[in-house]
Amino acid sequence: MHFHDVWFIAIAVLWAGYFILEGFDFGVGILLPVLGRDETRRRVMINTIGPVWDGNEVWLLTAGGATFAAFPGWYAAMFSAFYLPLLLILVALILRGVAFEYRGKRDSASWRRRWDAAIFGGSLLPAILWGVAFGNVLHGIKLDAAHNYVGNFWDFLNPYSLLGGLATLALFTLDGALFLALKTTGDLRRDARRTARLTGMLAIVAGGGFLAWTELSYRAPGHTGATGAASVALATLAAVALIGAFAANLRGREGSAFGAAAAGIAAATAALFTALYPNVLPSSINAAYNLTVANASSTAKTLALMTVIACIFLPFVLLYQGWTYWVFRKRVTAAPQAQQPEPVSR
Amino acid sequence: MSVLELSRWQFGITTVYHFLFVPITIGLGFLVAGFETAWIRTGNDKWLRLTKFYGKLFLINFAMGVVTGIVQEFQFGMNWSAYSRFVGDIFGAPLAVEALLAFFLESTFLGLWIFGWDRLPRGMHAACMWIAATGTVLSAYFILAANSWMQHPVGSHYNPVTHRMELTSFVAVLTNPVQLGTFPHTVAGCFLTAGGLVTGIAMWHLIRRPADAGTIAAWRTAVKAGAITALAAAVAVIFTGDIQGKLMTKYQPMKMAAAEALYHTSQPAPFSLFTIGTLNGSKPTFQVTLPDLLSFLATGNLHAQVKGIDNLQSLYAQIYGPGSYIPVIPIAYWSFRLMIGIGLLAALISLIALWTVRRGRVPAPIAAGARVSGTRSLWSRLLLWAVLVLPFLPLAASSLGWIFTEMARQPWLVFGQMKTSQGVSANSAGEVLASVIVLTLLYGGLAVIEGGLMYSCARAGLPGEKTAPPAGEGEEAPLALVY
Repeated sequence: MHFHDVWFIAIAVLWAGYFILEGFDFGVGILLPVLGRDETRRRVMINTIGPVWDGNEVWLLTAGGATFAAFPGWYAAMFSAFYLPLLLILVALILRGVAFEYRGKRDSASWRRRWDAAIFGGSLLPAILWGVAFGNVLHGIKLDAAHNYVGNFWDFLNPYSLLGGLATLALFTLDGALFLALKTTGDLRRDARRTARLTGMLAIVAGGGFLAWTELSYRAPGHTGATGAASVALATLAAVALIGAFAANLRGREGSAFGAAAAGIAAATAALFTALYPNVLPSSINAAYNLTVANASSTAKTLALMTVIACIFLPFVLLYQGWTYWVFRKRVTAAPQAQQPEPVSR
Repeated sequence: MSVLELSRWQFGITTVYHFLFVPITIGLGFLVAGFETAWIRTGNDKWLRLTKFYGKLFLINFAMGVVTGIVQEFQFGMNWSAYSRFVGDIFGAPLAVEALLAFFLESTFLGLWIFGWDRLPRGMHAACMWIAATGTVLSAYFILAANSWMQHPVGSHYNPVTHRMELTSFVAVLTNPVQLGTFPHTVAGCFLTAGGLVTGIAMWHLIRRPADAGTIAAWRTAVKAGAITALAAAVAVIFTGDIQGKLMTKYQPMKMAAAEALYHTSQPAPFSLFTIGTLNGSKPTFQVTLPDLLSFLATGNLHAQVKGIDNLQSLYAQIYGPGSYIPVIPIAYWSFRLMIGIGLLAALISLIALWTVRRGRVPAPIAAGARVSGTRSLWSRLLLWAVLVLPFLPLAASSLGWIFTEMARQPWLVFGQMKTSQGVSANSAGEVLASVIVLTLLYGGLAVIEGGLMYSCARAGLPGEKTAPPAGEGEEAPLALVY
């Protein structure tokens, strides 16, 4: 196994981690106007992800940085090709991040209402666009011989990729609903479970449909052997896990449901990356212009160095991030004194 | 405008903007951690009040630093894809390591700090801020190593087969001599910024004279802590800046020549405080100069030779082929001396603030609408204005420092290896223009919101709470709704 294969897997793991973790906090943001019918409920919802959302977002930055370091050709082609979608994602993530930190800093209903809108929009847009972007990566984009994108924005909106966007939207919303069911009490918990039923069905249909379409039409050609079988197996596993999450939610097993949904997102991400391999960004113009793990990667020296650094430090990251979830493991309730937002000290 | 110009404008706008929040975050994180530790050690309530007050300002800034940082990581690929391909083998690793080592540390432990007041033992809670602050410095190390490599590409070679730069030694990249000057200079600048911010706000409250003695004592403590930090940092900034000047003379002599608008090699070379007239070296202009000073700044020797722009231009044309190797001289000239002058002014105001609160003293108050005549009143008003601008001065100096070091590297993107014009993406000008407009408007709007929030929090003053939050594992307490 080459180092570039190791890093292809590593980047798949980082994206899977990102989709699971920021997936649920996108979901909570998307459900804010749906389940947060009063200020107390909205505060409870936002505070379930309060201590962790920023750490979750670092998975994206690490995935981006790792792609730059391990596959500069991929990073350069993908980020310049998806120029406008990424700009929209950046605007969304900026507004959303500021919103979390600022909404409670001023005691004004209109101030909070605006930031709540930013949280909703800033969660909804990336939840859709990441799916559209991944759909286009699998689908292939108009790369020329120099690996520069020669298509336009509208080319990204093909039916397959749009289904990808719907799939990630449904999956992340499900993830968020299950997380809320696990982290809240009372009415909110009951409503979250009910929402998880609806979004669960949608996630199974859209996610399953997207994975099936991928396996049938967009798996890298020439790899119908071991990797092809692995991708089909992973896609099947993803579907089973999502159905399991749906069933567990029906039976009120919140921990199992959330765990199964996370496993489903991980398996689905793995299935997509396996289907993509050995390409990293196929060209829809000519297969000779495909970016692959081999022609997009850094030198073996850089990849070896990065492997050593990741093996040393990633365990620590997992350990302390896991510890945060342990510290804040209790369900979030509105304490009596927290019914009203704290007055700004004067 | 061309894609190149638009991309440069975007990088300049987003980077200078991002770096308004970074120095406050880096410096203030350590100060807040220090305040909290002092509270735990002494049990004195004033430290807790300072922790909460400056902690809030810290968080308002940190949020902006985080979200504008995402743009920084993405735009190398979006706007500078040719550059990304050319340097990814070296430049990508520090960015990836920065995320893995630093960003996770900052975000996770800050989350624990914000939400952990009633959940973690006091010592562990303070430790979270120390760890998050350490993360910010680690982050600075890796990103500055990446930048220093662009100024002076070490530990790498050009591979003519793959048409890109390839890594030969990561250790060499991390111990780049330029990095060893840049990192302490930048971090010291961050402490000057945070010290200035703490001092400025505390002095402003003292001059407005709070009602109770406890609050006055707390603000006096803040002035001392902030001003001592700022002054120590200023000394470090001067020393490391001096080292940087010598490194610049060695590795980027054109940048040093541009800093002085020195067209012809001179021995010894003077340093001009300011110039009225043109800077293109052709016309005599009115200048106030200090003889021999540039020679000293550049080499440590008052009589040494300093190479001039014209001489370097002909040298570079021989080495790298025809073309202009001269940066925009007025920008280099003015950003360099304004950086120094504004930084020194911040240190001076901090020194005056420290002197004002010596041995139990408090600055003379200015009551609203009071009409007291005489020099004492004038002095109070001058002091009020000085401390109001103090928080902004180091920010301006930092921005000018970055503008200088990046603009005076031009036309190079990676010195001696790749010109800026070669690094840009193949995107359409319309796309890049859309991005410049969207990000500029968004950043402008957020600046107004952030500034307003900082102002109202700074004006609100110290929290009045006299009771300490419950210590120990608050197992029974529900999670406080912070957001």
